[in-house]
Amino acid sequence: MKRPRIGVFKFTSCDGCQLTILNMEDEILDILELFDIAYFREATDKPLRGQFDISIVEGSISTDWQKEDIVDIRERSRHLITIGACATSGGLQALRNWASLSSYKKHVYPSPDMITALSTSTPISDHVYVDYELWGCPINKDALSETLISFLIGKRPGIPRYSLCMECKRHGIPCILVSNGEPCLGPITKAGCGALCTSFERPCYGCFGPKDDANIESLMRYFHNLGLTQKDCISLLDKMNSYAYRKVRIEGSK
Amino acid sequence: MTKAKIKKDHLKLIFDRLKTSHRIIGPKVEGNVIVLAEIADLRDIPAGCKEQQGRGTYRLGKNSSQLSVASSQIFSFSVGPDSFKRFMSPPVRENFAFKKSKKGISISQNSSQVREISTAFIGMRACDIAALRLLDKVFLEGPVKDAGYDSLRRNSLIVGINCLYPGDNCFCSSMDTGPVIRDGFDMAVTELDDSFLLEIGTVRGREILNGLPIDEVSDKDLSEKVSKIEKCKKMIKKSIKVSELPWLIYRNLEHPRWADVAGRCLACGNCTQVCPTCFCNSSYDNLQLSGISKKLPELSGARIRTWDSCFSTNFARVHGGNFRPSRRARYRQWMSHKLAYWIDQFGSPGCVGCGRCITWCPVGIDITQELEALHAR
Repeated sequence: MKRPRIGVFKFTSCDGCQLTILNMEDEILDILELFDIAYFREATDKPLRGQFDISIVEGSISTDWQKEDIVDIRERSRHLITIGACATSGGLQALRNWASLSSYKKHVYPSPDMITALSTSTPISDHVYVDYELWGCPINKDALSETLISFLIGKRPGIPRYSLCMECKRHGIPCILVSNGEPCLGPITKAGCGALCTSFERPCYGCFGPKDDANIESLMRYFHNLGLTQKDCISLLDKMNSYAYRKVRIEGSK
Repeated sequence: MTKAKIKKDHLKLIFDRLKTSHRIIGPKVEGNVIVLAEIADLRDIPAGCKEQQGRGTYRLGKNSSQLSVASSQIFSFSVGPDSFKRFMSPPVRENFAFKKSKKGISISQNSSQVREISTAFIGMRACDIAALRLLDKVFLEGPVKDAGYDSLRRNSLIVGINCLYPGDNCFCSSMDTGPVIRDGFDMAVTELDDSFLLEIGTVRGREILNGLPIDEVSDKDLSEKVSKIEKCKKMIKKSIKVSELPWLIYRNLEHPRWADVAGRCLACGNCTQVCPTCFCNSSYDNLQLSGISKKLPELSGARIRTWDSCFSTNFARVHGGNFRPSRRARYRQWMSHKLAYWIDQFGSPGCVGCGRCITWCPVGIDITQELEALHAR
């Protein structure tokens, strides 16, 4: 068997999801045996060349040149997978989608005039066709290996699309939302993290994005009854998956 | 001997006896919740605790006079999120391991999967024992026996406790499953004012008492039990009119209430995960990169079974889509299965009235209210 060529690409992001690949210490040798890592700037200095069987894309589109680059990558790729909250829903930097770019620039940079950026940060799927999306901030390494295996043997990746609550209940984690009134995003968020926060009695803050058919409005009404203001509720959603949660919420209220 | 009595302090003797030959599962506090877990010491049992359960709320507290629980009472609390289901049909289980090569597929069952250690469940409620009997129908009495369930079930010893202080969401009396335990136990315990009344259900239940200091049961003790149970029944606030089932639902499959509840339902699946009778599960093949050979199709992995829920969009997905794409359809499916189709399928409703789905629903959807609302035209 010829090893499938993999390219790992990065746009606007923190590199955490690419690091997840490098952190797959138990699997990395198997990956190298099964795949040809042909482009991965975080790990090697191989130049960008040729076509890819699988392109793994991290980061969101937030500048003009990125809009062109992603089209080029898509044209070079048989399959394109996005990894992480930035590539799949615009990331934390998509908070500017609901504000003015100049006010953000002013607060962040000493010379805002030197910054060229789009007024929005958008997921890869807003620009090119995406074959598979891996959610998470960062992604879960088991989900990535499941996805690579699936592409290799031609099956549908078995990655959860149901709520985090299902994962909590499987692990037998006492529900802090019901037993302590903590505003936890678990019921509207995808499982997949292994119930990381909730196993430390911390409420879920939505790293894995909205679950399928998430009823955000109903949970927000409940939080409101707990005493949270509308503003508190929105800031719960306005994290790394803000763009996705807000989109689902708007679509749900139609 | 079918009945005996022991002093309250002597409960420890029974516990220690069980501990010599069993893994003991019982109520224990974790976080702010009474869960079912392995208990090493009788003191793990949250004696005298009482929780307040509401629609979508659960608050654990030490009992106070306003909860009107007698101060010497040990089993003053009610059910938490866990039930037998967690142990008899575990949330994640390996069915078998497989190896695929050009020669074909070979399957091997990991023998250590089948736990041979006997497990004693202490403090189980009438509703939970009734739910276990329903799971028996599903996993053991159908055309195919579930081998894993069968072995776990046969290796279990059940020490039930009659509820004297029901939870706020309980409605077992209307489902005719509680609060008194009638059958399906090895030993059933009633906590009287100054002693425990023990009823023996099986030979194994009787053996626990061999050589322990037990007292004779008097008529006064039995009437004390009856009056305590009656008092408990009066404290149960919720109910379902079983006589109206299944037709109340069959007549109202297009009732506007289904759309109303879909507006509130999060489709998070919590109700199904805490339900002691929801048995649905899914299987997937767990493959590791290390199990894949460069010479495809050689690969190895394991078939894993996990709890699933009819509220997941992928649960009823077949080629081309899902039969129940909307929350309305999925909530209706869940409730109709519990309270209507189950009757046709297994001869009784699939609900035992434990109230868990009401307490653990984050937005407090109450199955008794949703059913009642179908009356309104």
